[in-house]
Amino acid sequence: MELKRKDLLDIKGLDQEEIQLILDTAESFKEVTGREIKKVPTLRGKTVVNLFFEPSTRTRTSFEIAAKRLSADVINFSVSGSSVSKGETLLDTARNIEAMRADFIIIRHPASGAPHILARNLRSSVINAGDGLHEHPTQALLDMFTIRERKGKIEGLTVAIIGDIAHSRVARSNIYGLTRMGARVRVAGPPALIPAEVETLGVSVFYDMEEALSGADVIMVLRIQLERQGKNYFPTLREFARLYCLTQERAGHAKGDAMIMHPGPVNRGIEISPEVADGLSSVILEQVTNGVAVRMAVLYLLSGSGEI
Amino acid sequence: MSEKVIMDPLGIGRALSRISHEIIERNKGTEGLVLVGIRTCGIHLARRISEKIKEIEKSEVPVGILDITLYRDDLLTKKGHPAVRKTDIPFDLVGTVVVLVDDVLYTGRTIRAAMDELMDFGRPAMIQLAVLIDRGHRELPIRADYVGKGVPTSKTAVIKVLLSEEGTEDRVILRED
Repeated sequence: MELKRKDLLDIKGLDQEEIQLILDTAESFKEVTGREIKKVPTLRGKTVVNLFFEPSTRTRTSFEIAAKRLSADVINFSVSGSSVSKGETLLDTARNIEAMRADFIIIRHPASGAPHILARNLRSSVINAGDGLHEHPTQALLDMFTIRERKGKIEGLTVAIIGDIAHSRVARSNIYGLTRMGARVRVAGPPALIPAEVETLGVSVFYDMEEALSGADVIMVLRIQLERQGKNYFPTLREFARLYCLTQERAGHAKGDAMIMHPGPVNRGIEISPEVADGLSSVILEQVTNGVAVRMAVLYLLSGSGEI
Repeated sequence: MSEKVIMDPLGIGRALSRISHEIIERNKGTEGLVLVGIRTCGIHLARRISEKIKEIEKSEVPVGILDITLYRDDLLTKKGHPAVRKTDIPFDLVGTVVVLVDDVLYTGRTIRAAMDELMDFGRPAMIQLAVLIDRGHRELPIRADYVGKGVPTSKTAVIKVLLSEEGTEDRVILRED
């Protein structure tokens, strides 16, 4: 089976077989990343451009390492100090990059839908590395990969996603992916941070942490997006932490073998306590390791679509 | 279209026995010897050769698995990528004598890819090649050290190796248009 698409824009548009294929392929690439020479010649001669309009260390580095391990050339296009600050439009910037024969454009942008505009207008393969409040598909894929690796399956598991659901593209992508793969998804957080009608995505809503965590197989803690908290969604960080910080005691309400995830970067003591973040059940660093394998799989599968 | 069985279970067994003896003879024993099967049929053949060598020499020759997909030379030109499966070389290759095992030797491109991948795992002292069928039409300067059966074919012919590990009876079939 092949991935018959030029771009990876969101999880919502992927069916179960496509997700399965990406996760299976990532498993093989994880073996490659464990070798002494972690590089294969597969994408030799291809050019990958990281086009990031928002700060990112983890995701950009992860894509860069993934592309380099496939022998592609990687260019990091930083937006500050570029012609974007001179007033160039997004599409013009992207067209210029494509004119230099970029095969892949990996874009992170504060506006939801920005990658979709590029995908419609460019021949290059476009990968969404996070767009506004919309989606972050490779993060959800690496989360599902990590869950499947630990638990052996996704179907039938209860996954509690905790915290700032409203501003989280990670939550949205995971909700689409996990429900499609047959998991039961719960979301929990302060009412102001739970989007209206989120139930229509097939999740159950909780405002009480203990109830949300009770019997969960997986706890996914989200980052409080301090940079997006200009408006008053909750009174103080301290109050948020008091009610929703994942502490050792609260984590105890989940199943004994529950795994604890966080997409990073972690605000220690706000959404998760340091003991839990560094504890035995935490897979936070495994998520980072798996991210490279998953992104290698995505690059490989998209390059096989024959469209680029 | 004609279809012909060119090797039956007995024939395949005898060919593998002879190859096993030849491997031992040529390498004067099994010291430093490892077998690496190329996915998928090569793995089964490598395991069978390892079994036979064990019967003859009473020593264990380890078997590794190579998936050459990521090293193919047609990935960027062909539409649609083949599935990538795992490579598993659970031993150090440095200084070993590697016998690569595959079912059919044809253009030699698979073996080129396999050698490139092996080299990325370490520097073996020597690489040898064992195949069940050599059907000719090489496109690269590669030859096999151990051959089960040489079969002259036309380029349009199809050779199918069926093995019991895949749930069928052992057989090699030649199909010509």
